[in-house]
Amino acid sequence: MIFNPQIILEKLPEIGSGLLVTLILWLVGIAGGVAVGFLVATARRFGGRAINLGLGALVEVLRGTPFLIQVFLLYYGGPFVGLMLDPIPCGLIALTVYAAAYYSEIFRAGYAAVPPGHVEAAECLGLSRLQAIRRVQIPEMALIVLPPAVNLAVILLKESAVLSIITVPELTATVSAIGSQQYAFLEAIFVLAVIYWAIVEATGRLGRVAENRLSRLRTANA
Amino acid sequence: MSLPAIAITKLVKRFGDSTVLQDIDLEIPEGKVSCLIGPSGSGKSTLLRCLAFLEESTSGMITINGEALGFFEAPNGKRERLPPAQIRAVRAKTGMVFQQFNLWPHMTALGNVSEALKTVHKLPKGEAEARALAQLRKVGLENRANHYPSQLSGGQQQRVAIARALALEPKIMLFDEPTSALDPELTGEVLNVMRDLAAEGMTMVVVTHEIGFAATVAHQISFLDHGRLLFSGPPSEIFAKPRHPRLDQFLDTYLDRGASMLA
Repeated sequence: MIFNPQIILEKLPEIGSGLLVTLILWLVGIAGGVAVGFLVATARRFGGRAINLGLGALVEVLRGTPFLIQVFLLYYGGPFVGLMLDPIPCGLIALTVYAAAYYSEIFRAGYAAVPPGHVEAAECLGLSRLQAIRRVQIPEMALIVLPPAVNLAVILLKESAVLSIITVPELTATVSAIGSQQYAFLEAIFVLAVIYWAIVEATGRLGRVAENRLSRLRTANA
Repeated sequence: MSLPAIAITKLVKRFGDSTVLQDIDLEIPEGKVSCLIGPSGSGKSTLLRCLAFLEESTSGMITINGEALGFFEAPNGKRERLPPAQIRAVRAKTGMVFQQFNLWPHMTALGNVSEALKTVHKLPKGEAEARALAQLRKVGLENRANHYPSQLSGGQQQRVAIARALALEPKIMLFDEPTSALDPELTGEVLNVMRDLAAEGMTMVVVTHEIGFAATVAHQISFLDHGRLLFSGPPSEIFAKPRHPRLDQFLDTYLDRGASMLA
């Protein structure tokens, strides 16, 4: 038996379509996760105790169960409550909800890291609570959370492979199917690893560039 | 004598069981510099934060230019909270400068100084920035207008913070240990800006460990210890011998730190 990844790479158009599905799932998952996570963290921070506790419990459940189980529950359990979803929308929803739970925690920690004095300064200058949130707390939080947010994006890319088990035609499902057809399972796994790693590496670099560009916007005396 | 800029009567502040300020009575004269000194934990910063309404006093009254800050005594003797708009209006008479500067790191010096002019006073951007630039000129930082706080030295950051407070044209400036976070070499430039302000007749309340600044610039020095105002008066009286034993003790700690060899 010879190790020959070429067997897999001959199916480039199929790999391409799988990659496209993965990238779409991933980017939409990030965008949705950031948006929902931001709303959740903001509501928890400024919305009072009841909202904080309620959303906090929800986040804890989502963070406390494996993504695989959540996907199964949504896909196979959904029909029992009248929620019939095709694989792609189901995967998209599952990934977004999962991402939102983690992003909300990153944003929550980010809000907590904004020095209270910066808000007091705004208050002393007559900014309303809402103006202080909008002009001071949100922008400062966003800069603080950039590194962990990029880190989570990388994790989400890898978690999206789990969606192959509900037959979403994404990268892992596509390439491992090719591997099965060609009797080249190890080659398929190897190609998958290289592709994921390449995307992760590119994302990491992009994140570092952004961090460097934005570094001057951070507190000097913290 | 004219109305005091700030009148503090029977002010008490408690955090849970601990009493941080105990029956403070003090008048801050208009157009003068008042320094609050005392060991750490004496309550001087808490008193200043009460004047900025960053802390709400437990009982007692503060009036600023004769207007009650935050609370008023109802005819039945109960203390009631004033409506938010009124609290806002009275707070606007003061400007606050913090030990940690508290500049917003994502805005340039100009952005920091013009922010409240735009969002609170609703000035058009151009006018707000022109006014902000004038304030930066006043503290000698016109050429740093487009720098972010991280690109400025501590002394420059504090001067921007002073310009930011001045931009709203407060009647009274409150300083909370404005040079305590600075290298000794950088304190001078901040103290000079404060001296200029004092010379212009700005009413200033300064919590400070700079005894030299207090002795030379202040018109009134108040000494706090364990939440009580031990005494208050002009520097000539405060530092004249024989001194209050507690003050003597306090000043000794300054001499202990090497200053005695100069004496």
